[in-house]
Amino acid sequence: MLELHAITAGYDRHAPVVRDASLTIAPGEAVGLLGPSGCGKSTLARVAALLHRPDSGTVVLDGTSVRRWRHRAPRELRTAFGVVFQQPRLSSDPRLRLTDLIAEPLLATGRRQESAERVAELATTVGLTSDLLARRPHEVSDGQLQRACLARALALRPRWLICDEMTAMLDASTTAALVAVVEDYRHTTGAGLLAIGHDRTLLQRWCDRTVHWDTLRSRPCLT
Amino acid sequence: MTERPPQQPVDRPPLLSVRGLSVRFLMPGGRRIAAVTDAHFDVAAGECLALIGESGCGKSVLASALLGLLPANAQTAGEARLGELELLSADERTLARTVRGRRIGLIPQSPAAHLTPVRTIRSQLEETVAALTGVRGRTAVRAAAEAAAERTAFPSDHLDRHPHELSGGLAQRAATALALVGNAPLLLADEPTTGLDRNLVEHTVDELRRHIDDADRALLMITHDLSAAERIADRVAVMYAGRIVELSDAAAFFGSPGPRHPYSRGLLQALPDRAFTPIAGMPPELGDLPDGCAFAPRCDRATDTCAGSPRMTETVSCHHPHIPEDARA
Repeated sequence: MLELHAITAGYDRHAPVVRDASLTIAPGEAVGLLGPSGCGKSTLARVAALLHRPDSGTVVLDGTSVRRWRHRAPRELRTAFGVVFQQPRLSSDPRLRLTDLIAEPLLATGRRQESAERVAELATTVGLTSDLLARRPHEVSDGQLQRACLARALALRPRWLICDEMTAMLDASTTAALVAVVEDYRHTTGAGLLAIGHDRTLLQRWCDRTVHWDTLRSRPCLT
Repeated sequence: MTERPPQQPVDRPPLLSVRGLSVRFLMPGGRRIAAVTDAHFDVAAGECLALIGESGCGKSVLASALLGLLPANAQTAGEARLGELELLSADERTLARTVRGRRIGLIPQSPAAHLTPVRTIRSQLEETVAALTGVRGRTAVRAAAEAAAERTAFPSDHLDRHPHELSGGLAQRAATALALVGNAPLLLADEPTTGLDRNLVEHTVDELRRHIDDADRALLMITHDLSAAERIADRVAVMYAGRIVELSDAAAFFGSPGPRHPYSRGLLQALPDRAFTPIAGMPPELGDLPDGCAFAPRCDRATDTCAGSPRMTETVSCHHPHIPEDARA
């Protein structure tokens, strides 16, 4: 269970982007969050993924109340999340080859031994060839780089996936392919999903339920 | 589709005429990347041609070639005429002083990278107004910049912000506003709707459409957003692995009888409101294209004849196109 209660968050204490937003996701559930550009969806996603400390409100992850955020969050909480961001170019280190990019979470958590095998497995899952794995981000297309970013998000077998506009930069066929990868992963592992986007048709097709940003405020629970 | 009076743009002289345009990148070690191969198309004033295809198929390279913005290791062949001017052989001085911004307005792919990070949107708009139009005087320039922002519904209370303080959608609107300042007869929009929400996509493309219709501009819109293309385009060009494989009337493409090339059909079937099934596999590497039809390895209609290069007939480049049921036997 991923519970966000009365979250207020933002980048300026006097003008929070997210005010009093609450959302609950049951284990294994796929929730689509719809909202217009600039409404604060991504900020809420960052709070949910423990990447941004909210000004107030609580996040409860599988019964554990979250007290620390970002690098201060305990590793077992941090690694419970896989996050895919909207812009693969901005979320990938330009110096890393795709294979190192995908292996990064494994190295960061001291699993170098299993990394080669896991990366190969992930590359097959997301459809990256060995030729592509040897390249750096500037040598591949957005779609290919986003495949690598999704593989990276799945590397530690997270219990929760947060896809923040994962497919906004992608064409229809790559979108359908990446959504299929996420759904396969969720099907085999029972992971929960928070998919953020503004494409109503896509999220309704993809998720168990969709909620609109406007309905998140001042309601304790939506389930 | 937006309602608009029927037009016959095909009968009009093309504003941009591209014939046999090819772009090759020479890579270290003698490798050659065939980014664009033998592209033929016209765009007339008052018309929107949507160039669609998967990411990495060469769409943006085509746009860069038209603006002379290719990197030094690129080689071009063929020709691209903008009126009397041949764009591919034009020198940098001509392109910089008379073409970019003045005769071709570029709406870039990634506004976050296109805008200057250290200056406010207002300052960038004012600079563009001063550089491209005859407006002079601080108050007049300021007013013109605000009017330019207004045209793309960029909120005036965000004008004094820097690009990093804007959401993706607002940054895209700022970049669009910059492109429209010079009143160029040809607009080249490279993924203008990426990252925008549905309402904003519709607003942006309707706005672009209005700019075409108002001033008889031409628009070449490069996009992977098929619903945006459907909303705005008069004609559709489908690009796969650097080649234009289908060139079709937009109404026929998105409606009935539908696209003829198997790739175009696959793209439409990947939409979430259609089958939502991806095309199997990935596009081929542009540095290592197969002989013959590049789509054959992913195509369910492929046969032995696909080992030979398909010729472009009037609308489609395929050995086994779908035949509209009511048409030619």
